[in-house]
Amino acid sequence: MEKQDTISNPEPVISIKGLYKSFGDLDILKDINLDVFKGENMVVLGRSGAGKSVLIKILVGLLVQDKGTVVVLGKEVNKLSGKDLDALRLRIGFSFQSSALYDSMSVRQNLEFPLTMNIKNLSRKEIDKTVEEVLDNVGLMEKINVMPSDLSGGQRKRIGIARTLILKPEIMLYDEPTSGLDPITSEEINTLINEVQKMYNTTSIIITHDLTCAKETGDRVAMLLDGIFVKVGKFEEVFISEDERIKSFFNYNFIQ
Amino acid sequence: MISMIALLSLPSKSVNHVNFHQNYITIFIVRLPTFVFVISPPTHKYLFSKGIDDYFTGVYKAYKFVIRFFKEVVRPPYHFREIINQCYEIGLKSLPLITLTGFITGIVFTKQSRPSLSEFGATSWLPSLITIAIVRALGSLITALICAGKVGSSMGAELGSMKVTQQIEAMEVSAINPFKWLVVTRVIASTIAIPILGLYCGFVALMGSYFNVHSFETTSIVSFFHNGFATISFLDIFSSLIKSIVFGFTIGIVGCYKGYNAINGTQGVGKAANQAVVLAMFLVFIEEIVIVQVANWIRYF
Repeated sequence: MEKQDTISNPEPVISIKGLYKSFGDLDILKDINLDVFKGENMVVLGRSGAGKSVLIKILVGLLVQDKGTVVVLGKEVNKLSGKDLDALRLRIGFSFQSSALYDSMSVRQNLEFPLTMNIKNLSRKEIDKTVEEVLDNVGLMEKINVMPSDLSGGQRKRIGIARTLILKPEIMLYDEPTSGLDPITSEEINTLINEVQKMYNTTSIIITHDLTCAKETGDRVAMLLDGIFVKVGKFEEVFISEDERIKSFFNYNFIQ
Repeated sequence: MISMIALLSLPSKSVNHVNFHQNYITIFIVRLPTFVFVISPPTHKYLFSKGIDDYFTGVYKAYKFVIRFFKEVVRPPYHFREIINQCYEIGLKSLPLITLTGFITGIVFTKQSRPSLSEFGATSWLPSLITIAIVRALGSLITALICAGKVGSSMGAELGSMKVTQQIEAMEVSAINPFKWLVVTRVIASTIAIPILGLYCGFVALMGSYFNVHSFETTSIVSFFHNGFATISFLDIFSSLIKSIVFGFTIGIVGCYKGYNAINGTQGVGKAANQAVVLAMFLVFIEEIVIVQVANWIRYF
């Protein structure tokens, strides 16, 4: 599936400058610089353990960088706390690798929970309408009263995405959206990511090592190797790079 | 490889002129430990040792956890509905187990005490003896031990499982305070429910004791309770209630602390559940002895 050019505004929504992050003696991210523009899908491609998940966790304030600035929607993330950080997080949707659905709640309750906790005085009708709309968008209306343990892996991913969409975020962060899924289900998730971009006009960062996902969802691709972005550009530009490290990464993956 | 590095590091003259076997022994006994130290220097300095440092770090983290609880508990939102839900989970769902345990405790304690008292012809003191034991100690202690096992392990496992599957992080990024929703509500619920369960356990234990006494002496229930409570003072009931409140808080905070800080996947969840029970029981016994000492000091003051 060809990816259309969807960047609508050249203003960076996410701006990362000189980012460093280490855990003990292990340097994970070294001098990361990246601008993500409004309306685009930015894919961060790299090996497992390269620091991709660490990067998006810093964007949403779950981790704090050692050095550098991270500006998201005009706010410097590590300078925010309490209500200001919560206000920023409401504008960002985070889709976890494991979906992170609340096991003790049904699908309906999983979707209602962030809605009712953040928006007060919603009527039952309004809550039901919002939940059903979002479930319909991910194509899983029939699973509304099912428990997460009864869902397949692909269905859990979709419900996880639906839960992040319930508050209509401006930015979507996907952590390995196709991890552990078969090729057909992965294709469905890739399609869903693109549909979310169109329907909700979101800016997205997709963390993956799946080249098919990168090709089908990314407006641009940032190649993360050895803690730095060695190449940023359209998928085709990164794919034909002469850098030996990028070549060996692509050589281990099969894509159509 | 290390011996090669050590060998290469020797001045060339000494390698040429010294016997090879002697040199090899010298490398392994004298130089190798030094070179191993140089090649892989320690990356972390400990104040005492790793074990002691980890212990004090753990105590500090627990202290910060408890302080955070007291800061968060007074701030809105209060999540009353969730607190009531947790009271149901902790209190109502523990009723069958507490009923059975309390009843059996009352019967067994009465049965075991009867032979000693009958030697002195003092079986009429049974109601007083049993009531003192149950009200002052057994009621709250047995409830706490049962709840430490049932409630503490359940909290440790549930929160630990949520931690390792990123559900707590999911709450955080949805602008929901997971500490308030998960920890504060559960600790408040256990602090409320466990004293109530303690009172209930005491009542059920006394009923068990009454049935045993009645089967021997055909005593009326009014007479039994009248004789029993004749020796009980307000301090006994008050100290027992304070103990139950402290036990409830301890069980809740320990279970939540262990679960909220679980790491290392499913193994970590199991550890969290296990450690929650063991630590809660240990602290319950420490608190029992402290509060009993304070109550006795007040009694004889």
